[in-house]
Amino acid sequence: MANVLVVAETRNGELRKVAFEAVTAGRKLADASGGGEVHALLAGPAGIGGKAEQLARYGADVVIVVESADFAQFARESLAATAADRARAGRYRAVVLGFSSQGRDLGPRIAARLDAPIAADVTELAVTGDTITAKHPGYANKVIVTLTLSGAPVVLSVRPSAFTAAETPKAGRVEQGQATPASGPTVRVTEVKEGAKGRPDLGEASIIVSGGRGLKARENFKLIEELADAFGNAAVGATRAVTDDGWRPHADQIGQTGRQVSPQLYVAVGISGAIQHLAGMRTSKTIVAINKDKEAPIFKVADYGIVGDVLEVVPALTAAVKEARKGH
Amino acid sequence: MKIAVCIKRTPDSESRFKVAASAAGIDETGLKFDLDDFASYAVEAALQINEKGGGGETVVYAVGPDSVQESLRKAMSMGADRAVQLKADPVADGIAVARALAAELKSGGYDLVLFGKHSFDNSAGVVGTATAELLGLPCVTAASELNVSAGKGTARRELEGAAELVEFPLPAVVTIDEGVARPRYPSLKGIMAAKKKPLESKPAQLGAVRVTIARMELPPERPAGRILGEGTAAIPELVRLLQNEAKVL
Repeated sequence: MANVLVVAETRNGELRKVAFEAVTAGRKLADASGGGEVHALLAGPAGIGGKAEQLARYGADVVIVVESADFAQFARESLAATAADRARAGRYRAVVLGFSSQGRDLGPRIAARLDAPIAADVTELAVTGDTITAKHPGYANKVIVTLTLSGAPVVLSVRPSAFTAAETPKAGRVEQGQATPASGPTVRVTEVKEGAKGRPDLGEASIIVSGGRGLKARENFKLIEELADAFGNAAVGATRAVTDDGWRPHADQIGQTGRQVSPQLYVAVGISGAIQHLAGMRTSKTIVAINKDKEAPIFKVADYGIVGDVLEVVPALTAAVKEARKGH
Repeated sequence: MKIAVCIKRTPDSESRFKVAASAAGIDETGLKFDLDDFASYAVEAALQINEKGGGGETVVYAVGPDSVQESLRKAMSMGADRAVQLKADPVADGIAVARALAAELKSGGYDLVLFGKHSFDNSAGVVGTATAELLGLPCVTAASELNVSAGKGTARRELEGAAELVEFPLPAVVTIDEGVARPRYPSLKGIMAAKKKPLESKPAQLGAVRVTIARMELPPERPAGRILGEGTAAIPELVRLLQNEAKVL
């Protein structure tokens, strides 16, 4: 039996979706290690403790609440030190966190402090005796790599959306913890620029509508926005050609050098399907492609394709989706 | 400014990959390897900082077998002054690599240590940040903008749906995202000069290696695509499938 520590990600006083996914991954790991407990570290500014119940609902046996004014921002050094201290004290089998922009930063810090092996961007986990095996996609999603990690604890960061957060209510006993201050020079946040509100992040959205150069002009991107609105809570992505041309911000780019996404539904509009773009979205559950060129490589990966002029097809699809979702 | 850049050599990202017969790696036959993209941004960022500041020294480091020397030479042909190879067989344990780099960089007196935000082959982004922790230096991961001057720096990081602006004291470690600098092509003069620049090779002090590659496999092929039809006439069938088959509507 072995316990697992989950570092639950928060921003602006709210838990992030990847925090629940990390709890689910931690739960699987604890259950596979002979029924250990999942302890979730919930660090944030005053009041964050109010979110403990949410972590319990997804399978945390214990929630360790650490409230500190420093955690109003991403105080990376102190967060890593706090997590590492807790991991040491609790003699955990593993420390699990999300492979988000925050988790990418924290994971290696925690591993270095614990002198623990780390696997990043994990999509599957298994326990065999004393070793943990972790799968992660490598070479821009073109190869699946299985890693073996020996020793304890190990640090595992899980790819957003790879583990579906599942409700498995536990007691969620709350403990108060202490923040460990940074011991050396630190990175200080001077400003956080919030992006456009109202749409989910590409990494968190279950539906993504994405546009490419086939839209012909920047102003036609509003068709993508309208289709995303018709689906409800969908995110909007773009190809590199589109972001390089300044039609959309670089942060919207999906592909090898941009975001890698795995939504339930990916709608590719006017996207030919260059290998760099496919690297960012080929793990999506269902792919729809709309393109005028029936030879476009995107149709090789699309579950459902429509050959046609996107300027005609997309508005009609928007109307049809709205009709189908009436009552939602 | 004295700047270290830690680089990696990776295969061309547009290659078609096959798994080696041993299943413990990719089949390297016919693959073209080069300085990793993000590492090349880091080299360029270092060169620009020192060109702007006048003087300084840019030293490139790589952990790996002798094949990494080719990428170290490439960095020197772009303009880096010298190179150090920490010799080791390929290793999948990022903490062990960080240990070797930290042991080497500790006494180097660097103002700035740069890495790519991650390497193409595993996209893990472990080594740079872990090296910073082992050196006890502040670290900005995945900087998309970077400015350094007299003892301090500022950077921008892209978050999910937001961006973070930070400041930090030097010495520091920064891992470089796309956007910081577009790497230059080595000039013929640069390539000739690089042949005469010093490249030191010594064993890497990895310590315990606790992460190993058990196997590699290709992802399952997506089922062959299905074209439903042409133009708006295909929309009713698409909506029906999204509702009944994909169950996303």
